[in-house]
Amino acid sequence: MGPLAQPPPHPGSQPHEHRTPTSRLELSGISVAFGGVTALSDVSLTVEPGQVHGLIGPNGAGKTTLFNVACGLVRPSAGTITWRGEQLRRLQPSKLTRLGIARTLQGVGLFPGLTVLENVMVGAHRHAKAGFFSALVALPASDADERRLRERAGAALAELGAEGYAGRYPGSLPYPVQKRVALARALVAEPDLLLLDEPASGLSEDEMHELGDLIRSVCTRMSVLLVEHHMDLVMRVCDRITVLDSGKQIAAGTPAEVQADPAVTEAYLGDDVDVEADAAALTGHPTRTDGGRTHG
Amino acid sequence: MNVTLTGLTEGMVYAAFALALVLIWRSTRIVNFAQGSMAAATAFIALSLIQNGQSYWVALIVALASGFVLGAVVERVVIRPVEGGPELNAVIVTLGLFVAIQALIAIIWGSSFESFPAPFGLEGFQVGDSRIAFTPNSVFVIGAVVVTMALLIALFRFTRVGLAMRASAFGQEVARLLGVKVGRMLTLGWALAAVVGSLAGLLIAGGEFVYPAYMDSLIVFGFVAAVLGGLDSPVGAIVGGLILGLALSYVSGYVERGSALVNVSALVILMVVLLVRPGGLFASSVARRA
Repeated sequence: MGPLAQPPPHPGSQPHEHRTPTSRLELSGISVAFGGVTALSDVSLTVEPGQVHGLIGPNGAGKTTLFNVACGLVRPSAGTITWRGEQLRRLQPSKLTRLGIARTLQGVGLFPGLTVLENVMVGAHRHAKAGFFSALVALPASDADERRLRERAGAALAELGAEGYAGRYPGSLPYPVQKRVALARALVAEPDLLLLDEPASGLSEDEMHELGDLIRSVCTRMSVLLVEHHMDLVMRVCDRITVLDSGKQIAAGTPAEVQADPAVTEAYLGDDVDVEADAAALTGHPTRTDGGRTHG
Repeated sequence: MNVTLTGLTEGMVYAAFALALVLIWRSTRIVNFAQGSMAAATAFIALSLIQNGQSYWVALIVALASGFVLGAVVERVVIRPVEGGPELNAVIVTLGLFVAIQALIAIIWGSSFESFPAPFGLEGFQVGDSRIAFTPNSVFVIGAVVVTMALLIALFRFTRVGLAMRASAFGQEVARLLGVKVGRMLTLGWALAAVVGSLAGLLIAGGEFVYPAYMDSLIVFGFVAAVLGGLDSPVGAIVGGLILGLALSYVSGYVERGSALVNVSALVILMVVLLVRPGGLFASSVARRA
């Protein structure tokens, strides 16, 4: 990690971007059990407005489960989810975008039969103005709407440097480009909270560096919850980090604090990640089989 | 020449019916065996109107509209509860529906043969000093199917609803996460498919007799056409329908006692396609198979 990698704020500091303070995600006392196996027990984390919050831990620690709780795919057996000051009882995946929450998927989850531009247009869906039936019946009436959607999607692709692929089908593109398209599709909804599920997997060092810059630049517009394996990326872009191990929260704080935490070192950082992963798998933690995961 | 023209006209109807099957298959992975009965029901609604003095065109529009409603209701009430379960369940439900609707038609309208009018003449055009097997009604049939397909393509390609429907077809979960009301799109998909099926049913009935089971052979032909085109591909369904229409017309026109062999030929074509190109001639499913 270079000297630039130190993230600016210290714990409890105001986020650098003035946002409505209610645009905050609080998960408190979350527990999840799959058929009697506890995947998460009493985990709490708060994503502050305008901050990048990292969620790390060895394989099987419950990161993805917690992530799926945050976007409504997994229902917690205990605990509360508070978003913009309101407690969400039943978070439905289809309501997410209307709440101003967007997520990317592990893998990419692009629609294979839609062009890159169309994929991103689906992400901008909630911003369309024309009503359902006017769009269905009166083709010309929804033209303007359609054009806006197209322009918006084009702009999102341009922000990620993928505008050259607009007319291509996802299957014909290299994986890193697909990931950028998937990110554009999440960003085009202009969410207040962006949930990123392992965005760096399959990327090269350089691409990962670009991704880091990108995350830092979008967090002036939205807060970010980031689940990621790559430590250097997490340490570089996150304002705060929560560390899970075996479904429990073992540390939380700034990257520096987390790195200095002996519990973290013991659980994670000091050891080879793959060995840890195997160990976690052997002890039978169920995050790899949770039902909410959606593959692309 | 005559044989080709007949094949083309019939092929258009098969294409429309195959398209209806493909629309549903793409979005819900269900082969809707009830499609034929549903179309027959709307044809009988049209027939009632015509027998009560309404014009063909009023009857056509009412029939297509009732097809839309019927498709939506069937998806919401009958299919929705079995969606997401084993796919076989839904298919068996459509088979049950197929029989039930046919029985319902027989109860309401009786099971005798009724003649169904065609909106245009059934006399072939005069070319030189011979009449060809191409009638004003054939022009209407082909035109109606072409216009319907153009409208559907416009809907899917150029509207937001069409985009949402395609997204739902390709990845329900992802579409839902992006805020698409997937359930509503599925209902709409069934409704549109039922309209197209209903159109096919009315076109094939024109100038012929209708009875509760008159659509049964069209189900077989439509299904063969759809499989020929790959089940997944709307374009494939159209091409498959035309190929099948031509092939069957040649069999019936050029083979001795060929008209008796039409149904058998359809099955032979189906088997050959399944053996040689199980993915269909236009398999667009490569990316989806994973």
